[in-house]
Order: sequence, then C-alpha cells, then structure tokens
Amino acid sequence: MTAAARSGAELPHRGLQSVLVANRGEIALRVVRACRELGIRAVAVYSDADASAAHVRMADDAVHLGKSAASKSYLNEDAVLEAARSAGVDAIHPGYGFLSERPGFAAAVEEAGLVFVGPPSSVIATMGDKAAARAVARSAGVPVVPGSDEVSSVDEAVAAAEQVGYPVLVKASAGGGGRGIRPAGSADELRTVVAEAQREAASAFGSDKVYLERALQGPKHVEVQVLADTHGSVVHCYERECSLQRRRQKILEEAPAPGLSASLREGLCSAAVDLSREVGYVGAGTVEFLVEGSGDAAEFFFIEMNTRIQVEHPITEWVTGLDLVAEQLRIASGDPLSVAQDDIACRGASIEFRVNAEDPDQDFLPSPGTVDALELPGGPGVRVDTALMAGDAVPPFYDSLVAKLSVWAPTREQALARGRRALAEYRVDGLPTTIGLHRRLLDEPAVVDGGYDITTLETWLAGRSP
Amino acid sequence: MGSHTITSRTPGVFYHRPSPDADPYVTEGASVSEGDTVGLVEVMKTFHEVKADAAGTVSRFLVENEDEVTIGQELVELET
Repeated sequence: MTAAARSGAELPHRGLQSVLVANRGEIALRVVRACRELGIRAVAVYSDADASAAHVRMADDAVHLGKSAASKSYLNEDAVLEAARSAGVDAIHPGYGFLSERPGFAAAVEEAGLVFVGPPSSVIATMGDKAAARAVARSAGVPVVPGSDEVSSVDEAVAAAEQVGYPVLVKASAGGGGRGIRPAGSADELRTVVAEAQREAASAFGSDKVYLERALQGPKHVEVQVLADTHGSVVHCYERECSLQRRRQKILEEAPAPGLSASLREGLCSAAVDLSREVGYVGAGTVEFLVEGSGDAAEFFFIEMNTRIQVEHPITEWVTGLDLVAEQLRIASGDPLSVAQDDIACRGASIEFRVNAEDPDQDFLPSPGTVDALELPGGPGVRVDTALMAGDAVPPFYDSLVAKLSVWAPTREQALARGRRALAEYRVDGLPTTIGLHRRLLDEPAVVDGGYDITTLETWLAGRSP
Repeated sequence: MGSHTITSRTPGVFYHRPSPDADPYVTEGASVSEGDTVGLVEVMKTFHEVKADAAGTVSRFLVENEDEVTIGQELVELET
C-alpha cells in the first residue's frame, strides 16, 4: 500500500458518486453540506410539508416521498428505497431518528445493492436489542449496569429483582430513546409496573420482552464517540457529557465532560473502542454510559450504543477538529479513516444548546408555527446548525428540534461566557423556543460548576413550577 | 337539545384510536361525560388526548382517522 492510499485525505473520492439523504431538517442539511464538500451528488427527499424546505433547496436534486405525516414520508421504507432507485444513487444516509436504526431497512438497502451509511444491518439489530447489547459488552469486558436477563412474567421479574437489588428500572428490550422505562422501589410496585411495561412494550415495540436494571443514584450520562472503518481501524473521539435531560431527552451537551478524572476518561474511551471491536462496528457510533459517584470512586456502566450520527456530534467536531459526517461518507466509500488515534486530540471546551419549538412555560408543549423573524448568533467560536429560515413554517409532523447552537472556547469558563453571549444574540419571533431556558440554565450554579447529573434538570424545572 | 363541537388544542395528526390495533375511543352514537377521551392528536412526536369539554352524545366525527388538523379545528360534534 502506498502512502497516498493509506491517507484517505489525499485521495479523490472514488467510492460514492451520489447519496440519498433520507432525512429532513438540520441533519439533512448537515449531510448535504458534507456531500457537497466531498464532491458527492446529494439527493434530498421531502414530504408535502417540506416541499420548499432548506434541505431540499440546498441539495443537488430532490425526490418527493409522500404526504406530510412521517409514516407516509420519511418513515415509509418503500418510498425511500424507490426514491433511491429513481435518483440512481449509490448510497443512503439515514441521518438520525426516522429509519436510521431499523435493521430491516438497512438490510433492504444492502439487498438493493446500495450502501447504507452506517454499520451492517446485523450490527444494528444486535445493538438495538438491549439484552444482546449487554451480552456484547460483557464479552468485551465492559461493565454493565447490574441487571437481569429478559423476563417474561411478573413472578420471574420479582425473583430477578432480588438479585439485582431495589430500586430497579423496568426496560423494554426493544425500546429506545428513553421510551418504555419504568421505576419500581419494591416487589409490590414491581408487580404492577412489569405488567404495565409488558403491555406498553407489546403495543409500542411489537415485543413484550422486558428486563430489569438497578436504578443508579444520581448518575451522569457520559457517552463516547467512536469511528470504525472497513479496514479494521477503530478510534474514539473522546466523550460528551449529556446529563441535562428532560423526560430522557437531552437538552444541553458539552465536551469534554467536566470533572472526569483522567483515568476514568481513559477507561470510558477504551471501553467504547473494545465494545465496538467486539461487535464488528463500522461507521460513526456512540457508546453511552452512566457514571455513578465522583473522583476516584467513580464507576461507569455501559447502557446502550446508538448506531448512527448523533444530534450532539458538533461538540465533538469542535474539540477534535474532525468532520464526523465526512468520516461517515469516507468509511461508506470503503476508504480508511483520515486519522489514527494518536492524531486525535481533545482541545478546549464546547457546549451545544438544543433549540426546540416547545414552550418551557407550558410544560414544553410542542409549538409548531411560522417564524416571522430570525436573528442568528455569530462571531468567533459560534456555530448554528439549522434548516429554519425566516418565513419558514415549523410543521407539526416531526421532531421539535429546529436548531442547534454550539460554541467553542479554549476553556470551559470561556465557553460558558461565549454561550451566554451567543444565546443573548439569538432571536426567534413567531413561536416559543427553548432559547430562554438555556439563558436561565447558564446562570444555575449546578450547570456553571459542571456538577449536574441526570436528575438535575427535572428537579430544577419542578422547583420553578407554580 | 343543543350541539357542541370539540376542537383541537394543537395542530397535528388526528387519531380515533389509542394505537393502530386498538378499538376507537368513541363511536358515533356513544354517550360521553365531560373529561372523557374522544381522540388523540400527534404533534411533534408527542401524543395529546382530546378530551370532551362537555357531556353529550357523539353525533359525528368532523375529521377522519389520520387526517391532518390545525389548531382550533373542529373534531367531534356532540349532541348535548
């Protein structure tokens, strides 16, 4: 192998000529931009509601999928595959959400002779099954939250809980995104909760399999970005702290994780690489952990792997200087990663603020509508990922995320100051958003000192309620 | 006897039933009490139950299952 062949950065793009971007909103635009920089033709897809959306306008070409409801458009596997055929693309990039973690869809893409920009469908299936994912972690020597195997009856659950220890969480094997998770503090509570969880899991996920996990006390959610190519190279891109969550939905993320000891960071990142190797991972992925305790007494436990690009990937791009979406496309082309582990450093501090079309003063009621006027923040160290322009409508059919503001600075203190400055510049007229919530959060001592955990935001919100 | 219409608090997609395989919340001719759930509106991946804000008998649905609805749109007509 010549030096040029080893270093993908020096090669023109041979593998992929054109990619169908099977998503909408800011992530579709993000993928379109990466394609265009790499000289790949980007073909957008759209629903009735998105006919004039930014991701359509900025793509090289666009294919109509169907009506506005997600089930009739972006979640319609046949329509997306047909769009790929009619556009003559080589690959499909699923973004996040929608079809990104459906093994059946990835398999159909593979069977159609196209490249799925992500891991093989078998890996998506394994990591999408919580029990199978825990088994992979165990065989990779990665600690998992103390828990049970799948249980199929209330009596089995009560017996298993004796081993795991209360309080426990009841989780659906086929669940995800925090859905289908219920706490139980005692055997009596567990009897009720397991029956409910089985019913809900059967209707929501088509499988009534559930398992138990010990409920950790005040844990932090810390995740590690990994990249794996088809040549056997697996690297980590350090961690993200994502504990500020409401109803298990992240709202603010930062990199690196404040207060993490060097040895814990090393342990987390090595564990993420080991687990990725164990499952034969390919592409960009995120290994999520809970961290309980602090300082030298801190322990980490694997919870799940997201087999796709993540909403909060920009903060990792800020601190590493990598273009994660370009790396995804490079990997999908069969090229080696552009970097080796030793080339990846974590510099400075970055924070992302999720701007959702929701009203924090009305229990986060989703607030679709039309943006009358818009002023975006700018200047040094500020990035806005959004597909929302002034005059655009935010349709009621899709996720409420409309923009991501991320900032970078040499130190965390400077990043917080830059975040406050950028949030003060940000103005959206016409619909309520979470921008004001972020301004208030940056004045909260628990956020400023970085000591927050996964319970902090909900506790704080409950304290503000009338 | 008068009539009353139940309207949508949010824009979104209207459903007659809690899940695709379930029975409808109510059918035409059913009697409902104030606070009973008569439908579901999906907005931005969250589901909001539509509650009857008066007691009465369901005389007709003004939108089909899976229809797109706007804020304030009339959904269900009651005979009160």
